[in-house]
Amino acid sequence: MSADYVLETRNLIKAFKGFTAVDDVNLQVTRGQIHALIGPNGAGKTTVFNLLTKFLTPTSGQILFNGKDITAMKPAAIARAGVIRSFQISAVFPHLTVLENVRIALQRKEGNSFHFWRPQAVLNKLNDRAIELLDSVGLAEFADAQTVDLSYGRKRALEIATTLALEPELMLLDEPTQGMGHEDVGLVADLIKKVSADRTILMVEHNLHVVSKLADRITVLQRGAILTEGDYATVSADPRVREAYMGTAASEEQDRMNAEAAAAEGHKEEVQA
Amino acid sequence: MKINKFYVVMLLLALVAPFVLYPVFLAKLLCFALFACAFNLMLGYVGLLSFGHAAFLGTGGYITGWLMMNSGLTPEIAILLGTAAAGVLGAIYGKLSVKREGIYFAMVTLALSQLVFFIYLQAPFTGGEDGMQGVPRGNLFGLIDLSDNLNMYYFVLAIFLFGFWLIHRTIHSPFGQVLKAIRENEPRAVSLGYNVNDYKWVAFTISAALAGLAGSTKTLVFQLASLTDVHWHMSGEVVLMTLVGGVGTIFGPVVGAGVIVTMQNYLSGGELGNYIHIIMGFIFVVCVLAFRSGIVGEFQKVWKRNFG
Repeated sequence: MSADYVLETRNLIKAFKGFTAVDDVNLQVTRGQIHALIGPNGAGKTTVFNLLTKFLTPTSGQILFNGKDITAMKPAAIARAGVIRSFQISAVFPHLTVLENVRIALQRKEGNSFHFWRPQAVLNKLNDRAIELLDSVGLAEFADAQTVDLSYGRKRALEIATTLALEPELMLLDEPTQGMGHEDVGLVADLIKKVSADRTILMVEHNLHVVSKLADRITVLQRGAILTEGDYATVSADPRVREAYMGTAASEEQDRMNAEAAAAEGHKEEVQA
Repeated sequence: MKINKFYVVMLLLALVAPFVLYPVFLAKLLCFALFACAFNLMLGYVGLLSFGHAAFLGTGGYITGWLMMNSGLTPEIAILLGTAAAGVLGAIYGKLSVKREGIYFAMVTLALSQLVFFIYLQAPFTGGEDGMQGVPRGNLFGLIDLSDNLNMYYFVLAIFLFGFWLIHRTIHSPFGQVLKAIRENEPRAVSLGYNVNDYKWVAFTISAALAGLAGSTKTLVFQLASLTDVHWHMSGEVVLMTLVGGVGTIFGPVVGAGVIVTMQNYLSGGELGNYIHIIMGFIFVVCVLAFRSGIVGEFQKVWKRNFG
């Protein structure tokens, strides 16, 4: 019954030279859910995202959106079909105003995007809707600010408003809380919860607290393959998941200590020289 | 409002200028200013450096020149057809090049323009090395005698204003908004559903057509079309003009073209004539090192700091 799934991948594989980044992934995203994709660094989460939105071409396998094969479609076409993604680094247009950022998204459906002979003022009729969207993420008062001047958290909120403007059926959020302070994390998490009301969200997220709060279903990736799937309780109780996470955490710690020791050593030699 | 006043003053200056300065020189200046503005549409507003815009300047020039000599068409039709030819060439070249970025885009456009150069070198109708000499200016709409330099100047001014207006409008249109978005963050524009290459292609075609318009007009002014206009030096010169004047500013290329053309004109006659390329190279280096945003760009910064 693939109709229950908004998005489905079948035996998705992406191999780079001598390295399989995504290995036989069968992902099913159920309509109306928040689905989180987690896993240690280098597990292939972002690669999966890039494959789903065709920013990368899969080596083999299929991607189905609403039961329709979209594997051969181009990135912009996938976006027009209703799958809108965000990026790990905040994806805004820095030297446009906050309002213009949202308007760019609204503008496409107007069908005047190639009209180079018409004044920009024809876009002003979209302003009300744009302000409405900005208001829903708490940015209405910044409408006329240059986007580059916004704080990081607000840029991410703006990105979500821009994405919402397209009324996507499926939102793909790539680490929406990455690099944020505590307050911003809470803010964005609430925002995601709010906008998830009548749509499906697939997100990559490192912050397990956010995942536990938001996700209906979690897929754990490790070395490009699916390790396990289920709700937060199931997944977090799985010893393999603990090992995967603790394992990396431990080895990262070790790496850091090694690096520090090496740096100290180098420093010593320098002093001696 | 301040800007509008500025435009009015500039327009008045342009209207009285031919009574003070040599009209043919002014017309030449306007042709290059239009050429640089067309180029700036790609570099400044799409962020793509075309190194082959001479191909469009030259194509406009040759087609218009040939039509004036052989067809008996009136000059405005000949210019229109020359512009259209450059636009068609631009559409083809754009299709082939906009998929690439950065240095690859520059190289593809350079290679394609060299192809055009060698075709014009060999083709019988261009006159090869000698170029096309003695192109008649004809009568505008069959009525106004363009062999009169003053008439010619005002005709060129009208063409320039049209081109400048079109670029201004393009930048400040719904289409221009998308271009800005692409320049600012291309992957995001894609993820919002825009086929960015189509937008780049349309911009490239407009830019090429306007470069062709500049070339067509230039041929009438000088009554001459030659290989100089399709040579890669010309593609480089327009980069220089745009950078000196201020890339990504609407008025920068006009100022840049003014500076470069004036220098060429006054230096090449004097005893410094032999050093002209060295002097221009020096100015270019100074601009790149010290005035990153060009004359107009720097001026805007100072203005903003003190009066903004």
